[in-house]
Amino acid sequence: MISEAGIWGIFLIPVGALAIIALVIRPLLRHHRTPVIAGLITMGALAASLVLSVWALVSVMEDGPLIYDGVTWLTVAGMEMRVGLMVDSLTAIMLVVVTGVSLTVQVYSHAYMKGDTGYVRYFAFMSLFSAAMIGLVIAGNIIQLYVMWELVGLGSYLLIGFWFHRPAAAAAAKKAFLVTRIGDFGFLLAILYLFFNRGAFIEQGLNPLNIVDIQAAAPLIAAGTFAALGGLGVTWVAVGIFAGAVGKSAQFPLHVWLPDAMEGPTPVSALIHAATMVAAGVFLIARFFPIFQASEEAMAAVALVGAFTAVFAATMALTSNDIKRVLAFSTVSQLGYMVAALGIGAYGPAIFHLFTHAFFKALLFLGAGSVNHATGVFDMRYMGGLRKVMPWTYGLMLIGSLSLAGIFPFAGFWSKDEILGHAWRGPDGLDAIVFALLIAGVALTAFYTFRMFYMTFHGEFRGGAEAEQKAQGDAAVGNPAPKPHLAESSLVMLLPMGALALGAAAAGYLVNPQVDLLDIPAHWFSYFVGPEGAKAPPLNSGLAAFAMGLSVLFIGIASLTHLKGRGAGKRVERAVQPAVTALNRRYYIDDLYEGKVVKTGFYRYLGGFLDWFDQQIVDALVDAAGWLSRNLGWAVGRVQTGQAQFYAIGASLGALAILVTYLIWS
Amino acid sequence: MNAFDGILTAVVFLPLAGAFLILLAVRGDGNARVARLIAAAVALADFALAVIVFTRFDAASSERFQLLDRFEWFSASAFTAQYQLGVDGLSAPLVLLTGMLGFCAVLASWGISKRVKEYFVWLLVLQTSVMGVFVSLDFLLFFLFWELELIPMYFLISIWGSGRRQYSAMKFLIFTFLGSAFMLVAILALLLADNVGHLDMIKLAEQGADAVRTIIPLSVVFWFFFIAFAIKLPLLPVHTWLPDAHTDAPTAVSVMLAGVLLKMGGYGLLRITVGMFPNMAVDHALAFTILAVVTILYAAVITVRQTDLKRLIAYSSISHMGLVLLGIGSIGLAGGGFAAVGLTGASMQLFTHGAITGLLFLGVGLIYDRVHTRYIPDLGGLAHRMPLVAVAFIIAGLASLGLPGLSGFVSEILVFLGAFKAYPLLTALGAFGIVITAGYILWMMERALFGPQRSRFSHVKDAGLIDAAPLAILVISVIVIGVYPAFLTDVFKAGIEPILALMS
Repeated sequence: MISEAGIWGIFLIPVGALAIIALVIRPLLRHHRTPVIAGLITMGALAASLVLSVWALVSVMEDGPLIYDGVTWLTVAGMEMRVGLMVDSLTAIMLVVVTGVSLTVQVYSHAYMKGDTGYVRYFAFMSLFSAAMIGLVIAGNIIQLYVMWELVGLGSYLLIGFWFHRPAAAAAAKKAFLVTRIGDFGFLLAILYLFFNRGAFIEQGLNPLNIVDIQAAAPLIAAGTFAALGGLGVTWVAVGIFAGAVGKSAQFPLHVWLPDAMEGPTPVSALIHAATMVAAGVFLIARFFPIFQASEEAMAAVALVGAFTAVFAATMALTSNDIKRVLAFSTVSQLGYMVAALGIGAYGPAIFHLFTHAFFKALLFLGAGSVNHATGVFDMRYMGGLRKVMPWTYGLMLIGSLSLAGIFPFAGFWSKDEILGHAWRGPDGLDAIVFALLIAGVALTAFYTFRMFYMTFHGEFRGGAEAEQKAQGDAAVGNPAPKPHLAESSLVMLLPMGALALGAAAAGYLVNPQVDLLDIPAHWFSYFVGPEGAKAPPLNSGLAAFAMGLSVLFIGIASLTHLKGRGAGKRVERAVQPAVTALNRRYYIDDLYEGKVVKTGFYRYLGGFLDWFDQQIVDALVDAAGWLSRNLGWAVGRVQTGQAQFYAIGASLGALAILVTYLIWS
Repeated sequence: MNAFDGILTAVVFLPLAGAFLILLAVRGDGNARVARLIAAAVALADFALAVIVFTRFDAASSERFQLLDRFEWFSASAFTAQYQLGVDGLSAPLVLLTGMLGFCAVLASWGISKRVKEYFVWLLVLQTSVMGVFVSLDFLLFFLFWELELIPMYFLISIWGSGRRQYSAMKFLIFTFLGSAFMLVAILALLLADNVGHLDMIKLAEQGADAVRTIIPLSVVFWFFFIAFAIKLPLLPVHTWLPDAHTDAPTAVSVMLAGVLLKMGGYGLLRITVGMFPNMAVDHALAFTILAVVTILYAAVITVRQTDLKRLIAYSSISHMGLVLLGIGSIGLAGGGFAAVGLTGASMQLFTHGAITGLLFLGVGLIYDRVHTRYIPDLGGLAHRMPLVAVAFIIAGLASLGLPGLSGFVSEILVFLGAFKAYPLLTALGAFGIVITAGYILWMMERALFGPQRSRFSHVKDAGLIDAAPLAILVISVIVIGVYPAFLTDVFKAGIEPILALMS
């Protein structure tokens, strides 16, 4: 069994890598062109963390959850805030996903970022992010979790804005931080509310900040023996936590930051904005799942927001021409599936989908990066025909796409069907709505995935960066675009993709097989992560066939419109043009937030008014008082000499005079 | 009962002695180097003494006030004025903060070329006065130090400042002076109260002054003290001196102003308003909380609009000082230990904001020194040429917006945890300030530091060794407190608990 120190090691090794890179490598090797050592340190650290994570997983499989009290961080008024460890099956799975995907992405990054002047800084930030993400999933205390939660946000901020010389990147970083912080505000209020009920927790012998204790309070709440959090109380806590998840997992209405976050380097998008950090929202709901289950209203909200987001984001992926943005919308949509699954109580399937999604989405992003290396663009209108020059990337992307579209027997098929199956079996109206939305999402997913795939790899090559620059007008870009060197990416990039492709292809069936498979028991994953006593449902083969048929149908439609180059016909195109515009403007929601709410409402009106009020009323009154006193008469006028000593002497003399008067009188 | 440990007397008067040394040893303005070196040596020694004070203070001891220097100063028929210095859990960390920032301020003044000797004399006098305020435990002495601080401050802004420095210095002076007038009346009223008759702050702190019979209504005394501290902190609506004073003050003076001078207001609120009038303070907790929330949000919104880096940080300081009062508002609900959490947060906020804002002003000073403008729309891309300054500035900014792992978060979360129990809705409103804060800090960093490199800044140099030293000191303090806050909170807690014990 792994020791407490071993688990801490998973977290502390990347912290050490960060410290070494920031304090030693960067100051000493800043003038080297590509100080490979920074990359190697990060990779080595993550490899070590991965080994320990696997060990932790095995330990949890054998011995159940590992919970350690840890050390005291703060004690105030008898209230201990501890930094502890909570490694249950959920954490164990997350640890392997985080360290595994992170390691592959770091290897890929080494080639992708080669020659970038910020190579060292990049790996420092990556170590920081990985450490924070690990810290997030092992946290045993809600404040500790919140700390790491914000620190992954910092990592995201730093890496989105990695190329800070680009105004778009700097703005996207800020936007990501701010939008998620609105959600975090809700999370913070939930923590405050838990602490608010400290007395009630203590009565039950529980600590309101300890995650295990919060989970333990849930059955008491449901049983009605925990009055303080009964009724609406528990709903408030759940809704607050959910707000944090909505921000981090880019669910509607806080989804706006994720597409912009694509300004960061592509491996960053793969790791942070596809596989790990954005899944932290799902993790958060799962972590406090008992609390959610105690509130029907909260569960309904989670289900509806998730299901709506799944469809809503998928529609925006339909028309986007930027390959990374298609994938970003797709991520939002897939996270919607996970959130919706949690909302209808399908805990195991949600985590299963999180697991498979990490593989195929990271793979797709790395593929997009590979394509970008060859063409110099992310705009698919200037790609095309790449299957001939990049056969490996083509094949790997195909695996990722099939998995995303939920085609048998790829990983995405299994996890998505578990979610659908759960929604289908649901008894009430809510499940029906969720099911309908998620099924619609399946069709949309298949279409946008293969539209992307065909536009990128099929047809004729449409010129890459050169053509893009021409189309944008030369004035828009300062330097002439480099000639695309159409070639397959290096092995250092392909191998990590290959590793992820293995997962995207097989991880679905292998970890959660329908029947005993050699050493793997049937439904292993479901039983492992699922709440105790949960029954793993057998695959609903009729439903699975229907969903896959739908996917195949929409892949077929995508083939017609984008492979055969037929388009949809001029009439149809004209008819849908307003809709396409609305989709490309992301339903005008960003315009509403940034233009109307922030710039006009907040900055111009509220800010402008208070600014005016402060200067013209408050400060003017002060000046007027000063003017009055200056002109009140001869005596006062003489006193206003502007000599500070004079004032100080005046004050002291005044004090003395009053004292003396008093002493004489008494 | 006399006592003389000596260390506090040393920590207070060493800078003053240094000032005299500069006056005596440096002839004329030609020998600026000597003045600088003496000032730096003295400030470093004072920093070391402050560290010793902090480490010697024993938070676990049953003695509330420690390291006492006490003897009779003069005696009249009715009362005795004492020379009484001492520290408790509340003031020991603030002594450390003052020592740290005082040294940083001297280093940040390395580039001063006008009337150098005089400048450092005033800067050291300023440090003596602030230290004096934090360790004085007799009202007469306290008031003298409180007033003494005005003189160096006035000259430092009006002579070495920029922009409308005369106006700003005068505004600062009049405002603070007005506050002092209120405080003086309040102190005298306490002295003249028929069951007090002394100025011993230890006795007043131990008994509380809630029940004294003053010649003017006690609530007037209470509010007069409050007004004096509200001006200093500052709170709405008596805050307008601060943006002007900051904007026009030289860098090091801004560091001292935001870093320690504002803390005199917060210290006064905790030591006197809450510490001596605990039950009256509890009665006014709701008013405090409302005022705090208004200050936090009002100042935060105005901060977003600022286009001058210094003004922006100045307004953000007002907003952050509102958090101190919000933490104090947690006394509105006694019991359950929430008030202890809130007050610890409030006092922590004094320390953390001091270091963070000091760091921000150091950064602005370095930027201004090199690019000669603080107008944000004219900046941009500075991170390319000034990576060290940018990193320090970003760390300070992130700490300011309450990023966990850095010091600001600790005080913020304690304030919120404490205050939420007493006034959940108001606290939630105030907590929304963290979103606005993130907005103005990140937007400022984006506009000043990020973006393409500007050709007109291509000559700009990064921080040198002397510039980097204070940055490093403050960055370390921000990270250390953020990661391991217990070494400070445990001390503050020792200062808070006796106050809470007085509440009935």
